Amino acid sequence: MKKRIAEVLRRRFYGDESPLDTDMVASLGEQPQSLTRSSNEALEALEGVREVRVQRAQEQEHEMYRQIHKWSYSSGVKIIQRLYRMLAVITCCGIIMFLLWTVNTLPPFGDPGNPDNNEVAARYVEQGPEETGAVNMVTGMILDYRAFDTFGETTVLFAAACSALFLLKLNDHKDGKPTQSWLEAEYADRFHEPKNDQILQFAARLLVPIILLFGFYVVVNGHITPGGGFSGGAIMGAGLILYLNAFGFKKTERFFTYRTFQWVTFSALITYAGLKSYSFYTGANHLESGVSTGTLGNILSAGFILPLNICVGLVVMCTMYVFYTLIRKGGV
Amino acid sequence: MTALTIIVLGFLLTCAVATCLAKDLLVSVIIFMAYSLLMSILWILLQSPDLAITEAAVGAGVTGILFFITLKKLHAIKVKNNEEKNR
Repeated sequence: MKKRIAEVLRRRFYGDESPLDTDMVASLGEQPQSLTRSSNEALEALEGVREVRVQRAQEQEHEMYRQIHKWSYSSGVKIIQRLYRMLAVITCCGIIMFLLWTVNTLPPFGDPGNPDNNEVAARYVEQGPEETGAVNMVTGMILDYRAFDTFGETTVLFAAACSALFLLKLNDHKDGKPTQSWLEAEYADRFHEPKNDQILQFAARLLVPIILLFGFYVVVNGHITPGGGFSGGAIMGAGLILYLNAFGFKKTERFFTYRTFQWVTFSALITYAGLKSYSFYTGANHLESGVSTGTLGNILSAGFILPLNICVGLVVMCTMYVFYTLIRKGGV
Repeated sequence: MTALTIIVLGFLLTCAVATCLAKDLLVSVIIFMAYSLLMSILWILLQSPDLAITEAAVGAGVTGILFFITLKKLHAIKVKNNEEKNR
């Protein structure tokens, strides 16, 4: 019975061409009987012979495995790499063909007979400036007719910043003392970032005010000139990142901490929701907001569009900046 | 299709292929930033200046910087410290 089990096991694990031959496996099963029969000396001699044979068999087996490894590391890897490259090229060409075919079947660009030139677009173009008070029709659309969409987009940015915080933020202090991981992160940041770079600091001193001012201009003039909350916020965030790169965390901590991020984002989202809550409650249709649209083309016009633009811009700016600091150090 | 559009499109294709084929990841990111700048010019030619502003700020600015930090964290930027080694 034992022999049969050993035979089945041997076939299962080693196949038919195992270096451990049959009588060796059988002898493993016979051990208890031989213990009773033979004397100690004979047993030891038998053990010695068996050990030598087992060792030899193990060496053969190792040699076999070594050859398999050698094959898989030389020609096996080559075959798989070639296959991978071929598949990559085929997939890439397939996607390119598909996209070109799709572009070919699209209606021509800017054609007045296109399906997107329907009564909705006509209404926006004809009555948009009158109803929303915004000269820039894009802003009039996204912050008045479709303010609910933009609220969703801003919330998505906020959610993205939150998940990045969950994943990347380090605990900066525990019981009033900075934690070990935080100190290590600060040291690594100081070690890798060259500080007091004269050229960078001079350029930043010149450029950062201009960039921030231009970003603010784009945000505030969102309803008059091209741009708006998203583009202006991105510009302001880029300016803040440049300032941080040039002068380090010590300087930026004076005006932008984690608490600043929390309060600015929170209050911007709450302001947005509060200004538009009545419109959202009644089905997010375009409604008279009660605020007059003012003179077309003035800064203080277009009802709620100006404060909404500022809210969106603040959220985008904070999100950009916090993404950067989280990836660089693990905290603001 | 003006001549400028065709030139920008040609550079755009060159940048796209060069981004894939560059051996150094740092070079690849820089070419990608150039791609974004060309794309923002193309947005202006397609008469959507607001997208051009966003593309220039996000594509050429913030995304590139985020890629740079990631490369730094992965130690993929090779620094040539020949002067320090010789000391």
